[in-house]
Amino acid sequence: MSFDDPARGSKAVARFDALPFVAGRAHIRPIMPAPPKTSTVLDARAFDRTLRRMADEIVELNNGTEGLVIVGIQRRGVQLAAQIVSTINEREGAQVPQGALDITLYRDDLQTVGPRPVVGQTRIPVDIDGQHIVIVDDVLYTGRTIRAALDELADFGRPSRIGLAVLIDRGGRELPIQPDIVGKKISLEASQRVDVLVQELDGRNAAIIAEREAT
Amino acid sequence: MTLSLGKDLLGLEPLSSEQIGLILDTAEPFKEISERAIKKVPTLRGATIVNLFFEASTRTRVSFEFAEKRLSADAVNVAASGSSVSKGETLVDTARNLEAMRIDMVVIRHGASGAARFLADRIESNVINAGDGTHEHPTQGLLDMLTLRDRFKRLKGLKVCIVGDVLHSRVARSNIWGLTKMGAEVAVCGPRSLLPNAIDDLGVTVFTRIEEAIEWADALNILRLQLERMTAGYIPSLREYNRVFGVSRERLERGKRDVLILHPGPMNRGVEIDSDVADGPFSVILNQVTNGVAIRMAVLYLLSGGRPELAEAAKHAGGER
Repeated sequence: MSFDDPARGSKAVARFDALPFVAGRAHIRPIMPAPPKTSTVLDARAFDRTLRRMADEIVELNNGTEGLVIVGIQRRGVQLAAQIVSTINEREGAQVPQGALDITLYRDDLQTVGPRPVVGQTRIPVDIDGQHIVIVDDVLYTGRTIRAALDELADFGRPSRIGLAVLIDRGGRELPIQPDIVGKKISLEASQRVDVLVQELDGRNAAIIAEREAT
Repeated sequence: MTLSLGKDLLGLEPLSSEQIGLILDTAEPFKEISERAIKKVPTLRGATIVNLFFEASTRTRVSFEFAEKRLSADAVNVAASGSSVSKGETLVDTARNLEAMRIDMVVIRHGASGAARFLADRIESNVINAGDGTHEHPTQGLLDMLTLRDRFKRLKGLKVCIVGDVLHSRVARSNIWGLTKMGAEVAVCGPRSLLPNAIDDLGVTVFTRIEEAIEWADALNILRLQLERMTAGYIPSLREYNRVFGVSRERLERGKRDVLILHPGPMNRGVEIDSDVADGPFSVILNQVTNGVAIRMAVLYLLSGGRPELAEAAKHAGGER
C-alpha cells in the first residue's frame, strides 16, 4: 500500500494531456481525409436581399420602429443585427437601439465542454423594460442558445415582447422554440453543418453547408 | 481554444504570458455583469467554494465572495479564529474535512509562503491563492495589470515602479512576475532595508530616490508600509519615511509627465501616500477594487472547467448548438 496518491497525480496529468491524447488517437483511425462537401445556401447577393427582407418584416412585426430594440447574439448574430439596424435606418429613417448578447455564461452544457469557452462582450445599451426586443442570430438549430438568451435578457429587465429572427433555420430543435422571422429554412442531417460568413469577420457574406468533421 | 490554467491558481510566476493574457481578456466581459440590475449569472450554479482565510482581510475576501455569488456559486467563509484551526487542527486536516463535505474550490489566504501550493498538492479541489505569506498574491497582481491595461491599452513597454515595502510584499512579487512576463518594464523604489537583497535577479531596475522613480515611471504602484513590522527597525520613523519616500502632490507636480497611481490597500494616508494623491485625478485605486471582482470572476470561471472526460463525450455528441 502506498501513501502517495497516484490517482491524484494521474488525474492532473490527464488534464494537461487531454488534447494531445485526442490528437494521438487520430493516428489509430484509418486515414481517410475526404475533402468536406460544401454547397452554397446563400451567396452574397441573396444574403443581402434576405437580410433586407428580414429588416422589413421586423418593422412590420412591431408596427413601426417605436420601442424596438435589436439584440444580436455573439458572434455573427451581432454583425447581422448591425446590418438589419442600418437597413431599418435607410428605409424608415429611424435609428433603432442595438445590443449584443453573449450567452456563454448561461449555457446548459458548461459542465461538459472542457476548457472554458471564450466569453464575448454583452452590451445592452437601453433599459429594456416594456420594449419590444428582437433577437437576431445566424443559425437556429437545437434552440438551446435562444433558451440561454431568454434567460440572460430576463436579468436585464422585463421586455413587453421578445421576438426571434434568424438567417438560417436548419431544423433539429430540442426545445419548444420557434422563430418569428426566418431568412431561409433548410433541413439538414445531423452530420451536416451550416456556416454563416459575414463581411466583418470572414471577408464575405454567405451561408454554406459543410459536412461535419468526423470525430 | 486549448489554453487552460490547469487545476489551481497559485501564483503568476508559473504562468505563461498567454495564460495571463487569457485571464485579463476573460475579465473584460465580466466587468459588465457587475453593472447589471441583476448582478448574477448562472455559470457556477451548484459549485461550492470555501474561502479559507487564516489572515485578516476585508477587501480580498469580500471581493472573492462577490465574485463567487455573482457566478451563482455557493460560498462559505471560514476564518481561522473561531474555527477548529484555533484548536490545533492542521491545514491539511481542515481542508480534507471540508473536502469530505464535497466542495469544488478553496480560496486560501495564509501567513506562510507556499501554503497554497502545499494545499493544492494534497486535495482534489481547485485551489486559488489569495495571498500566501510574502510569496504571491496573484489575483491582486492580475487586477493591477487589468487596471493598467484599461488606462494605457497595453502592458508591453509600460514602465511601472513599485514603491515601498517590497521586502514583505507578496503584491510586489506577483506584480514583478506578471508585468515582466507581459513585456512591461518594472522598477522598485524604497529604502534599501525594505528591498530584498537579490532584487536585481528578478530583472527590475532599482531606484533609491522617489524623485527618480517619478521621473521614470508611467505608473506607480505604491505599497502599504506594513506598520505592524515597524518594531523591527527597518526604517527610523514613519515621519522620516514619509519625508523621503512618501508620494505627495508636490513631488508628482515636479515630474514632467502624468503618472498613474495604484495602491493595493489598505492605505496609510500621510505615510506612503498623501491624501491629495490618493484622491487625486491620477489615482485609479478604486478602479482597482472594481476590477478585482471581474478578475476573480474570470479566474473562478476558467478554473471551474477542464474536465477532459466530459469534453470527450461532448465532442462525440457534436459541438454545434
